[in-house]
Amino acid sequence: MIEIKNVSKSFGDKQILTDISAIMETGKTNLIIGTSGSGKTVLQKCMVALFEVDEGEIIFDGKSLTAMQEEERKELRQQIGMLFQGSALFDSMTVEQNVKFPLDMFTKWPLSKKMERVNDVLERVNLKDTNKKFPAEISGGMKKRVGIARAIVLKPKYLFCDEPNSGLDPQTSILIDKLIHEITKENNITTVINTHDMNSVMEIGENILYLYHGKKEWEGTNKEIIFNKHDKLNEFIFASEFLRDAKDMRMLEEKGIIDNDRNMDDILREGGANLVMEGGDSNKPEE
Amino acid sequence: MTLFSTIGSYLLLIKGMFTKPENIKMYWKELMHQSVEIGMGSLGIVAVISVFMGAVSAVQTAYQLTNPILPKETIAQIVRDTVILEFAPTLVCIVLAGVIGSKIAGELGNMRVSEQIDALEIMGINTKSYLVAPKILAALITIPLLVVLAMVLGIYGGRLAGSLGGILSTDTYDKGLIENFIPKNVWFALAKAYTFAFIISSVSSYYGYNVKGGALEIGRASTTAVITSCILILFADYILASFLL
Repeated sequence: MIEIKNVSKSFGDKQILTDISAIMETGKTNLIIGTSGSGKTVLQKCMVALFEVDEGEIIFDGKSLTAMQEEERKELRQQIGMLFQGSALFDSMTVEQNVKFPLDMFTKWPLSKKMERVNDVLERVNLKDTNKKFPAEISGGMKKRVGIARAIVLKPKYLFCDEPNSGLDPQTSILIDKLIHEITKENNITTVINTHDMNSVMEIGENILYLYHGKKEWEGTNKEIIFNKHDKLNEFIFASEFLRDAKDMRMLEEKGIIDNDRNMDDILREGGANLVMEGGDSNKPEE
Repeated sequence: MTLFSTIGSYLLLIKGMFTKPENIKMYWKELMHQSVEIGMGSLGIVAVISVFMGAVSAVQTAYQLTNPILPKETIAQIVRDTVILEFAPTLVCIVLAGVIGSKIAGELGNMRVSEQIDALEIMGINTKSYLVAPKILAALITIPLLVVLAMVLGIYGGRLAGSLGGILSTDTYDKGLIENFIPKNVWFALAKAYTFAFIISSVSSYYGYNVKGGALEIGRASTTAVITSCILILFADYILASFLL
């Protein structure tokens, strides 16, 4: 479990994070969402001590990261895996060497054992026959998967993912989301994901933290987010008409007014839109 | 103020390198890799420059020495001393500042921008000691060797130009080489080589390591690294000449 306690961070005169408190639960995919510039990445970088917090504390399973000495931080960091937005693979190394790198640096295992582990994790992320390829020779989705493989090769207790779906097509995004979710469950990892991908929010958002202008505005689950009454959050999530309609449909479903088997034309003929307005609070903006 | 903060930040980078390596084998591997990159990567350009540097030096010295009283051996002596004292250490290192400096700054800058340095930090690796220290050590090992090679090839270039151009015979040239030879000059040149190697590698590492932004900033950092290294090399050259000669 990672506890964020009253964290504030500024760069010069610019306040980026203001008094944020939250709990990232173990064995769950914890999502930090918000618009670009809302402070998601800064918060995540504070959580892994790439940035120092100005005020507040980050506590990893009872141990305060903020109070740790450099050596203690080094030890903690060996329990952290991180997937970067651009994957951050080492260009000069092959896929295999990238994944093996943390093992080479931090273990004294024989080569055969290292290779066994590398092949295991590459297989886990559904990457085969790419061992000898360089990052420049593989696709964006594959790079993300190599990034995940490298992040989990040392069996970390905490996994951080910074926008794991950026630049990926919707299908690949869902695959990556599911992979991260499965790995979290299998290994009982505390996973923290920065995203503004709504598919991710709906698919794997077990604990969601919504930031707005560096402040925590809302916290809940993917079930709760659909029916939330927070204006700013709704503007962010249901930004498109399509998503607003999808939300309305989900509300009708939840209330038992429609079911998935019925023809959409029938529902509309019966005045589906009115039912929505009567059945719940639609978040359609005022015309 | 900016100058002082830059110097302070540079000194902190150097200080940050001195920590216990996480895995000595990996550091050794990186040192060997960098030695090959810096040493072998610059071998060709150093060889070409040195031969021509010596050759031009011989031809121009012969052109200026019009007094018939002066023996021909003097040409060899002038070529030898010019190459050892100035051309091999200073000129070669200025060229290396461009070749190696831009490479180091570009490589580290790219690693910074693409978050590879952050990825290493998160693994718990001291990136200053893992990425910067091997580059500085590799430069300290290979650049003096390249300078020695430049001395040999420069002198050989003068010999070649002298004989091919009919300026002086190889025997006369060889005779001139051993006359009035001062071994201290070689040590002086090596002192310069070590100083310049440190300047090139550390300054370029500093600018590359601290890149902020994108591809444009990587280019700027490389250019700044080369210009700063060249200026510092010339400044250090003057200081060393004043104190050691």
